[in-house]
Amino acid sequence: MKSREYQQIDPQALPTPVRTPPHDHPQADGGDGRKEPRRTPRRKWEVFPGKNRFFCDGRIMMARQSGVFPLTLGLILVTSGLFFIFDCPFLVKHLTGCIPAIGGVLFVFVLVTLLQTSFTDPGILPRATPEEAADVERQIDDTGNTSYRPPPRTKEVLINQQVIKLKYCFTCKMFRPPRTSHCSLCDNCVERFDHHCPWVGNCVGKRNYRFFYTFIVSLSFLTAFIFGCVTTHLALRAQGGKGLVFALKESPGSAVELAICFFSVWSILGLSGFHTYLVASNLTTNEDIKGSWSGKSGEGVTNPYSHKNIFINCCSVLCAPMPPSLIDRRGLVPAEESAQTGGMDTERPKLNNKSEMNVVGGSLHLVFDVQESCSDFSLLLNHTKTVPLPARSLVACYSPNTVSVCFPVSECCVKVTPLCAVFQLLSKVCIDHAFYWVWLVESIKHSCLYVFIRHISWKGTVCLLIK
Amino acid sequence: MTHSLQDMRQQAAVAAKVFVQRDYTSGTMCQFQTKFPSELETKIDKQQFEETIRTLNNLYAEAEKLGSQSFIEGCLACLTAYTVFLCMETHYEKVLKKIAKYIQEQNDKIYAPRGLLLTDPIERGLRVIEITIYEDRSFTR
Repeated sequence: MKSREYQQIDPQALPTPVRTPPHDHPQADGGDGRKEPRRTPRRKWEVFPGKNRFFCDGRIMMARQSGVFPLTLGLILVTSGLFFIFDCPFLVKHLTGCIPAIGGVLFVFVLVTLLQTSFTDPGILPRATPEEAADVERQIDDTGNTSYRPPPRTKEVLINQQVIKLKYCFTCKMFRPPRTSHCSLCDNCVERFDHHCPWVGNCVGKRNYRFFYTFIVSLSFLTAFIFGCVTTHLALRAQGGKGLVFALKESPGSAVELAICFFSVWSILGLSGFHTYLVASNLTTNEDIKGSWSGKSGEGVTNPYSHKNIFINCCSVLCAPMPPSLIDRRGLVPAEESAQTGGMDTERPKLNNKSEMNVVGGSLHLVFDVQESCSDFSLLLNHTKTVPLPARSLVACYSPNTVSVCFPVSECCVKVTPLCAVFQLLSKVCIDHAFYWVWLVESIKHSCLYVFIRHISWKGTVCLLIK
Repeated sequence: MTHSLQDMRQQAAVAAKVFVQRDYTSGTMCQFQTKFPSELETKIDKQQFEETIRTLNNLYAEAEKLGSQSFIEGCLACLTAYTVFLCMETHYEKVLKKIAKYIQEQNDKIYAPRGLLLTDPIERGLRVIEITIYEDRSFTR
């Protein structure tokens, strides 16, 4: 996202600033798939603000960091492969032909549920539209303080005669429904958030919890089954006084399987047991860890979502109707939006008389303009935090509406190429309750400084030329 | 969208948007508040509005209901390692279609003639029912 974009800047042409040409990431990276202004409408997954990766034109999604998912997949495939190659022929001959059949069924189950857990939308809540966010803010009593981050807002609701506090999510700009949590790794609010599983490379939430549960249960069966079979196999081979070492020499793959299964079966069984308990009491890992209903905070605090019946709890978690995905990945972005933002990025900036620069005591105070069409750019307000500036920088700006902003700039030069040097790589600034990425790029060749400001939902960048 | 609604959209300007929030008193089930927003007082009958919201609430409750049918579907899905979800339309999706039809019907019959437009909550992540109030300009009463 970062250094790649800077190299594309041609100071002379005054760019389409920061368009990532599609080189090594053909699958759009949560928004970077945008190219030069094009007439063809984009799909919504291309402009998705969270940190997710999409494949197959939006049909499959994962978290951006796949974690140890390849390792999980590899271990399962390797262990099962070795099992079918080394142990099955022997066991079929000496015991029964059911063994590979059972193993096969378990293996397929494990693989299918793993892929479903990793590739399904866990229950991501789309971010609030600007009008919705404004409406929510209007209803909240704003004390009008000038710090970057106003005090956390909460709303209380009564659920099954119990008071639950709903928190306001600053990133998604809405009050989180009960049991929803914001995953910082994926930068999304997820409904009935359980946990973010690195083994699976995705969050586990309302929509994929049943897949996850089936996965770990079938995996424990598979691991135990393979462990049992391998032990039987080695025991049979070692019969007649031949010894274990002989058996292992005859079937080296079994040694590997034995090791893997032995070390993993305990943790997987433990995890299955734990999640069975959670399912029976209709709890999430998140709530269990935080102790929300354990009565730490006082008497009379019970889980308001539990149906007080183990069977019904299990049904509601595992057999309830499958909720739909709320983020509509493959829908098309409405034409007005793409035209606006496309136009904004590609328009050649013109110098504006109203532009103004203040370098007051080493602070960067920008007065710059933003096009009306892009409604996300409600940048404003003089925040007075100041920091020393790099000596060579000056500020001027160009665009239609004038807004003024002051933000901290650090002096560290991060990357130098023949064309430019990068300062202050991607500082995240909160301006008027909205977050923007801000970064400076200096063109060494032309002795000018560019300031880029981009809304975190990747809706368009304002590029200011600083001479 | 019907022809008249398209016309209205093109000619009329948006005066305001009202958001009907979720009602969490019965838990995480999808229900909306039946409280009548003050901005709509001059535009529509209170009974009419509450009727619409109540019907929507009932439809959503039907979608999420834990009945014997959903139990059987759930067990079947589990036995097939949930691959049925890739081929079949789920019960929830079927009800969502019903809801979309109902909203369009309500818009055509009741809300559009009064210069209002209901947005299907699924387009807002099932968080709010967005009601757009159009300026009273270009269509006859």
